Amino acid sequence: MPSTCGNHKHNEETALDVLQYIFSNIGTIGILTMEHIALVSVAVGLAIITGVPIGILITQNEKAASVVLYFASIVMTIPSIALFGLMIPILSMVGHGIGYLPAVIAVLLYSQLPIIRNTYTAINNIDPALREAARGVGMTAVQRLKLVEIPLAVPVIMAGIRTAVVMNIGVMAIAAYIGAGGLGTLISQGISQTDPRQLLAGALAVSVLAVFADYALLYCQKRLTPKGIKQAAG
Amino acid sequence: MIKLDHLTKIFETPQGIVTASDRVSMEVPEGEICVLLGPSGCGKTTTLKMINRIIPATSGRVFINGEDTSLLDTITLRRNIGYVIQQIGLFPNMTIEENISIVPKLLGWKKSRYLARAAELLDLVALDPTAFLKRYPNELSGGQQQRIGVIRALAADPPVMLMDEPFGAIDPINREIIQDEFLKMQKELKKTVMFVSHDIDEAVKMADKIAIFNAGKLIQFDSPDRTLAHPKNDFVKGFVGTDRTLKRLRLVKVADVMNPTPDTVRPEDSLKSAFQVMDSRGYTSITMVDQSNRPIGMVLRAQAQTQEGTCGDHYYGLRAIVNVSDDLRTVASRMFSYDTTWMPCVDEQGVLLGEITQRGITHYLGATYRDKQVTGTNHRPTAEPYPAAHQPEQGAKRG
Repeated sequence: MPSTCGNHKHNEETALDVLQYIFSNIGTIGILTMEHIALVSVAVGLAIITGVPIGILITQNEKAASVVLYFASIVMTIPSIALFGLMIPILSMVGHGIGYLPAVIAVLLYSQLPIIRNTYTAINNIDPALREAARGVGMTAVQRLKLVEIPLAVPVIMAGIRTAVVMNIGVMAIAAYIGAGGLGTLISQGISQTDPRQLLAGALAVSVLAVFADYALLYCQKRLTPKGIKQAAG
Repeated sequence: MIKLDHLTKIFETPQGIVTASDRVSMEVPEGEICVLLGPSGCGKTTTLKMINRIIPATSGRVFINGEDTSLLDTITLRRNIGYVIQQIGLFPNMTIEENISIVPKLLGWKKSRYLARAAELLDLVALDPTAFLKRYPNELSGGQQQRIGVIRALAADPPVMLMDEPFGAIDPINREIIQDEFLKMQKELKKTVMFVSHDIDEAVKMADKIAIFNAGKLIQFDSPDRTLAHPKNDFVKGFVGTDRTLKRLRLVKVADVMNPTPDTVRPEDSLKSAFQVMDSRGYTSITMVDQSNRPIGMVLRAQAQTQEGTCGDHYYGLRAIVNVSDDLRTVASRMFSYDTTWMPCVDEQGVLLGEITQRGITHYLGATYRDKQVTGTNHRPTAEPYPAAHQPEQGAKRG
């Protein structure tokens, strides 16, 4: 917000200015948006590749489950700016103290809890009768996962992914402060340069992106839900 | 054929050692249904589940068609045993077609073969393939779902079926229907079946052999009739119920007990001749039939003795009739409803084939006890299907 108290005329100008700014810089905003999406996608994508298998594995072992979930939730309680702060010295040793790498790693860590926990809960909550039927017809453990348990767990896992994505669109905006790029750049520049147009453009873009991502992933979730359980899941 | 040889399961619990199944040994002949029966916690389900290793056995062996199953790996064993559970367990993410085809698919059948098999099996349970193949389990009623559960178990044509209270979750009306359907299927398919139940009536209806369990031990292994007629100990007596002889009624058909050559009169016969027959036999009534030998009424001794004329002018309406393929429970029920102790037995066309009496029924049921009374000879008394006299009637109705 402008550092000097504005009169009404000043605020009206600001609103029009923002729109004008957005239209005249739509290219840059577009590129930053793509950058933002790419960062979040890569990070959450990696989190899915690690988180879903971990979630499946810990269903086999109660003790492992409580340990893993405990650590994942501790990680989540660390404020993002603090996590970035912790990353910087560590990653400086490999020359990537700032930039996209700490941001991606932080988002990957934050995404673990919703994805692991949702995977674990979804598979654990499958009706034991189905598990018994699957064993009784002669499925191996892998076949059981592939043919029955994972398809049934998909809606809940997708919900976890959605949570991770929407939350981390916000986290990635903060990552602009450590040079990660993305739409957070507009916000941080808007603050440091006292430029309300950039600030609002960035804030709006991030918000719209988050809402859009939520709906887009909700659509994916519905498409991936097996037909047979659509009525129940809703 | 399924043979269990000292099959045992011991659990170690915080409360101590629990022997859920104690050296169970029995043999179920091929093509027969054996019902494992007993109260909760008696070990019947544990025993069943050790056969396909859902519960691993502590000791003992299982033989299927002579082969020791411990030589088979668990997955192969299970793919060759049909398994039906109480909660049905159809996979909700798969269509009915996919559910039924699952074992053939796991066994590597060709697609055309297992799809044809799915449609064929749906016909077997009177469900229209075109309507049901592509539906999902949650669109079906409980009774329909369990029918699918049963045919899923039959899909790969396994020699053996294990059924754990399969019809327990279905409402009583549909349960009767599904039980009848299963018995009909079994007549054709002749699978060797182990069926767990806690319901004595279901066991009596479904079983060729009943295995009664208590506290992990097999107490009695017998046909339903022998289990009801000769319970081994007080536990079995209590379990089959004090009305166990009435339960036996279900097991016997009219045709087995009736007198196949009953005396009859025609409408044109004189009352005098009717009385002569009744007097010589000691009857108080006699059935009157038409020219097609269909029962149309009865003549009472009192009328025949005192009146003049033909039977056709002095007959009364029959109280009750029964079909030769009905069971004795139906007969007893009608006897109570219509206050009669005898009735004519007819076929589908209504033609008279015999006559059944209360005395005849009790005499037949009692044969198994007279059998046991050793008289010092090897002579096996045959059960007389028909005793000498009708019971006297009380209050005849005008027809």
